[in-house]
Amino acid sequence: MSFLALAAISKSFGPNQVVKDFNLSVGKGEFVSFLGPSGCGKTTVLRMVAGFETPSAGTIRIDGQDVTRLPANKRRIGMVFQAYALFPNMSVSQNVAFGLKVAGADRATISRRVGEMLELIKLDHLGERFPYQLSGGQQQRVALARALAPKPNLLLLDEPLSALDAQIRVSLRDDIRAIQRELGITTIFVTHDQEEALSISDRVVVMHQGRADQLGTPAEIYNRPATRFVANFVGKLNTFEARIADADEGQLNFAGKDFTAPTPLRGLRSGDPITVALRPEALALHRRHDDEASLQGKVLDFNFLGSVIRAKVEVDGRPICLDMFNQSGFTMPPVGTATELYFSRSDLLVLPE
Amino acid sequence: MKTIRLFPTIITVLAGLYFLVPLIATFKFSLEMKRGELSFAAYQSVFQSDTFVQVIGFSVVASLVAIVLGALLVVPTAYWVRLKLPKVRPFIEFVSILPLVIPSVVLVFGYARIYGTGSFLPLTMTETGLNVLLVIGYVVLSLPYMYRAVDNGMAAIDIATLTEAAESLGASRLRTILAVVFPNVRSAIVSGAFLTFSISLGEFVITSLLNRPAFGPYMVQIGQDYAYQPAALAVMAFAVTWVFMALMEFFGSRRPGQRIFPRLRVSRFRRVGS
Ligand SMILES: Nc1ncnc2c1ncn2[C@@H]1O[C@H](COP(=O)(O)OP(=O)(O)OP(=O)(O)O)[C@@H](O)[C@H]1O
Ligand SMILES: [Mg+2]
Repeated sequence: MSFLALAAISKSFGPNQVVKDFNLSVGKGEFVSFLGPSGCGKTTVLRMVAGFETPSAGTIRIDGQDVTRLPANKRRIGMVFQAYALFPNMSVSQNVAFGLKVAGADRATISRRVGEMLELIKLDHLGERFPYQLSGGQQQRVALARALAPKPNLLLLDEPLSALDAQIRVSLRDDIRAIQRELGITTIFVTHDQEEALSISDRVVVMHQGRADQLGTPAEIYNRPATRFVANFVGKLNTFEARIADADEGQLNFAGKDFTAPTPLRGLRSGDPITVALRPEALALHRRHDDEASLQGKVLDFNFLGSVIRAKVEVDGRPICLDMFNQSGFTMPPVGTATELYFSRSDLLVLPE
Repeated sequence: MKTIRLFPTIITVLAGLYFLVPLIATFKFSLEMKRGELSFAAYQSVFQSDTFVQVIGFSVVASLVAIVLGALLVVPTAYWVRLKLPKVRPFIEFVSILPLVIPSVVLVFGYARIYGTGSFLPLTMTETGLNVLLVIGYVVLSLPYMYRAVDNGMAAIDIATLTEAAESLGASRLRTILAVVFPNVRSAIVSGAFLTFSISLGEFVITSLLNRPAFGPYMVQIGQDYAYQPAALAVMAFAVTWVFMALMEFFGSRRPGQRIFPRLRVSRFRRVGS
């Protein structure tokens, strides 16, 4: 039973169709992220859910009710904006109280709820301050409290963290997720940062040119990308141009060797070109299992990244990235050494055309 | 390594003198009505004139009405354009500066033609009609300043996103305007209002062509008939303008939400029960 359902939504601005046949169903209490490059239509979809834009076609349902034509102020949706958008003329408490006041709550209810909300965002000591007296991170917390105070059906966040610096970004992101879990509120979170999306979401929608390319759990998105775009956009990827050696047997050939594909090669014939890929962490310089396949390469360089060491290895004339944990006792082979790169057959990604 | 840069200093001093010498001379002259001593006699004589009190009263009322009318015209327009018609903004901006380009004489003759005898709305035939035209003329003249002040005020706070924030919290359009838009552009409106006020108060062309008993034509008349009183008037007009500039600066630079006077926080709640 989906709580928020978008059915065949599309949106055009003049001749530009920026959202195309977008379908999504979000369960109650679910945390879904929209992930995609700039201009792919994430904000537009979110604004249609919020009621700031009207879809050119399709319907939006919240809790079974068709809200496609309902004005924004009737939808009971909490919205958090990238630029905080706190009311500059109101104190923190007044900002948080705004939605409750509009809804006609009595004074006692308002002050109790404002107190709860400020406690939730851990800013109960700053209720009297004005927005310009707060840091960006604090302002965004207040914006979150303001959105949540009237107990909305849905929480929408449009890149709420992109204006903040790296450290705050990570801590606030975890706080948002914790608060969302505590309240059990259905949430859509827009971001173009894949780490952000993968780390806090129940499910992720990867968007590309106005379409939802893939909808899945973070693990599904990362491990089994449905399209070439998703594969390239999410995580780092080493790609190889391959050729199908034997379609029936699932044999393919790349980097001068034959490999068995992890899944049957449906709809392809022997001799067809195909792209296969390996994540940097799927490769290793040492054999981990007996049935691992391998590629020949030559060490080009090492990047020390802290917990991870990234090696660049030349395979078939092209540089390939390989990530390994920084374990004690590991010594890097000298640059120029010939080496084998091992990988498990199941980690081989066959990318759809 | 502090060197006094000669050329800029000279320019500054010269510019200062150019500005201050006539002002000081006028001020000194305005004090010399009584032979052989310095006194405020000229000022006294100005204030004792019934006509002065009448025209100042008329001008103040006309200017205040122009301010209210201008704000009612400009604030919703600027808001709507920012919110819904951002593409039309350059055009509106162009219209708003037209009064700087078109001489007010042309404006008045236009009024006379459109609202003159035998027209569909013969405003020029009655006192009230002429007053209405005068106020409208003031609104038009102050449009470039009012629009710019308000539009800049709205740009400074991203009024479109604030509107969406208010709407998502359930607020109606009217509530959004009253609780969010207006308080946040209040200081902009106030600075626009002061500009409108100083323009309308001294306005001569429209006022005299419409033959209204206002301050501008009065000052010119006095200038022709007396020696010391016009100087006193000029100094006072200057002082009033400066006070307005200072007020504008004060309101314009205030952050939204900042109070003019810090609120006294009496701990009402704590005292009970302790
Ligand atoms: N009001 C509008 N009028 C015309 N075109 C628009 C409008 N709003 C958005 N667009 C266009 O729609 C496309 C999608 O915009 P949208 O803001 O949804 O992208 P986004 O995925 O949120 O990007 P970003 O990550 O940069 O925020 C863009 O090409 C944009 O230029
Ligand atoms: Mg966006």
